[in-house]
Amino acid sequence: MSIKKTMSAVHIIPKQFPITKKEARLYMAFISVAFISLFIGGLMGLLQTLVRSGTITLPWGIDYYQVLTVHGVILALVLTTFFIIGFQFALMGKTVGISMKQRKAAWLSFWIMLIGTIMTAAMILLGKASVLYTFYAPLQAHPLFYIGLALVIVGSWVAGIVNFRQVYVWKRAHPHEKSPLLAFMVTINMIMWIIASLGVAAAVLVQFIPWSLGYAETINVLVSRTLFWYFGHPLVYFWLLPAYMAWYAIIPKIIGGKIFSDSLARLSFILFLFFSIPVGFHHQLTEPGIDPVWKFIQVVLTFMVVIPTLMTAFSLFATFEITGRKKGFGGLFGWFRHLPWKDVRFLAPMLGMLAFIPGGAGGIINASHQMNAVVHNTMWVTGHFHLTVATTVMLTFFGVSYWLIPHLTGRKLTPSINKLGIIQSIIWIVGMAIMSGSMHIQGLLGGPRRSSYSEYGGTEQAADWLGYQIAQAIGGTILFIGILLMVYIVIKLAFFAPTGKEAFPIAEEEANAKPTPKFMENWKLWIGITVLLILFAYTVPFIDIIQHSPPGSPPFDWPIGNQ
Amino acid sequence: MHLHKYEKIWLIFGIGSLVLFLAVLGFGAFWKGTHPQSHGATIDPQNIEAHEAFQPENLGLTKVDDDKYIVNIAASAFHYDLGVDEDGKPVKKLTIPKGSTVLFQITTKDVVHGFNVSGTNVNMMVEPGYISRMETVMKKPGEYTVVCNEYCGVGHHLMYATVEVTE
Ligand SMILES: [Cu+2]
Repeated sequence: MSIKKTMSAVHIIPKQFPITKKEARLYMAFISVAFISLFIGGLMGLLQTLVRSGTITLPWGIDYYQVLTVHGVILALVLTTFFIIGFQFALMGKTVGISMKQRKAAWLSFWIMLIGTIMTAAMILLGKASVLYTFYAPLQAHPLFYIGLALVIVGSWVAGIVNFRQVYVWKRAHPHEKSPLLAFMVTINMIMWIIASLGVAAAVLVQFIPWSLGYAETINVLVSRTLFWYFGHPLVYFWLLPAYMAWYAIIPKIIGGKIFSDSLARLSFILFLFFSIPVGFHHQLTEPGIDPVWKFIQVVLTFMVVIPTLMTAFSLFATFEITGRKKGFGGLFGWFRHLPWKDVRFLAPMLGMLAFIPGGAGGIINASHQMNAVVHNTMWVTGHFHLTVATTVMLTFFGVSYWLIPHLTGRKLTPSINKLGIIQSIIWIVGMAIMSGSMHIQGLLGGPRRSSYSEYGGTEQAADWLGYQIAQAIGGTILFIGILLMVYIVIKLAFFAPTGKEAFPIAEEEANAKPTPKFMENWKLWIGITVLLILFAYTVPFIDIIQHSPPGSPPFDWPIGNQ
Repeated sequence: MHLHKYEKIWLIFGIGSLVLFLAVLGFGAFWKGTHPQSHGATIDPQNIEAHEAFQPENLGLTKVDDDKYIVNIAASAFHYDLGVDEDGKPVKKLTIPKGSTVLFQITTKDVVHGFNVSGTNVNMMVEPGYISRMETVMKKPGEYTVVCNEYCGVGHHLMYATVEVTE
């Protein structure tokens, strides 16, 4: 009995699957879209900071908010989703394998997502959808904008279903083993993603598409916003968890260590699943139609995420210290100094982790019931997610690309590219420190986010903000140089680096590691608890929102310059 | 599940701070009453004049008592309607004596807007169908820029007003 309670009494090092050329092409397709998006979205970001500093005005009647919509949609939705799904497919292919049928279904997900992206992008470029990536009703974009977004989401569901199938098939072939850690993590992330995106899918399919096509005269604005933020917060965890996958299970291998604790890593992912979804109200704290008690309840649930975050921090630094000491670097901080700082596969994600310390602290401030009023919709918020997503997550994704792309294309990360990568990482962190730092300060002074250049009637406050906007343009320019360098590195790694073999670094457990408890893979239990938490956090306030609804809103398409 | 000893200490410390943070927030919210605006008062967005506060003659600053003011605002893309002055010109600036209690009441005729008296806690979403309300004491003299801080269209950055708090 006691043996059956754990997955495997014997320590098994799970077999890994080689990645074939056909599989590599699939994974590279996703990653290529991600880096093309990085270039376009980054260019838009540069233009924004320049316009806002009063330096340039956009030519050919291009509107600032059109550029802002491209920047948000292409970086927050397209780059992230494509990179994550491509990376996760590679992790699954490596740890549990992918069959021919699964590969074909994966291609289907790619094409659905790509067609959706192109539809959405075309509408934005035609100026018919300058509604930003949050597309708040009753601003109305062209119906194809919403249909395109729906396709991106549906495509990602297909990818999730393929992942679940991959684990299921592997599990059937290995009945007494626990699933590989990375496959487990991908499964959690995709379960979370599908549960969360049901909210935005409901809003888009039931509310936005019929309303934008003229089949519904009005839209319930608060319901659409609530459904959006039901999705919008887990969205940030969907970005973050793949970075955590790299931190927990890949970085230890790169620094020559072992996974600190397999069960701890799994438990933290389970807790992220629980506490990522039932928390959307903390984005709606300053809205008039939601009961304050329920806002507070969701703030409490939001804060719970502190626990798995601290567990992650502990595990990572424990791995660093144990590895360093094993190599003989003692003293209080000797092990820290002797980490492989000159290996970009380590440096880039590590800088990302360090940026997460202020980033996470800022998140706690944003989610606080009262402090939120000071920073809500100010530049502070923009500064915050440029630290978390654009630094922590992006630097980790860059760090992954340095080995994943050459591994897939059969090339080598050469010392000279490694060096360029280190320069790139430093450029990124410096540019972001300047840009995000000045965004945070401007936000505390009351400067609004999502606004083009304005003197606000020449007030003293507006004059104070301008200095920080100029600093943002300087930071933005440095970051754009970083993007150019990154795109150059990616092209080089994909097409021009010398051929060879680059490792797919997956860390193993310690030989004497404590076995992982079997209940860790009780999917029904984890999904059940997640659903219960969501029902608890949303049922009563949602019924309240619908019962006390004001008359609905007709569409407004002229404010977005669409005449 | 096995937990390392230091990990336990670290988690107890973390969960302890979590409880402390939440206690501070809960105390502020439920004992001090510093909830964000949330009263759920509804209005027909296509006929806001049906509500007394948003009839044209009631917009802008009204003194209701010693040191007590109400400000009624009808937001629309891309304008805060604060009524008109004696010459019939639209008001862009409100002048309020220091130490006054001010109740801001705002609604929108069209899309979602923001209402932030920059540098203060008066920071509200303004959504069609709802009245956003917040009362505050204007303690510090100075000139405050009121900005729309939720994207409302191509003229979003031109949507502002000024509040001057005088000695
Ligand atoms: Cu506005």
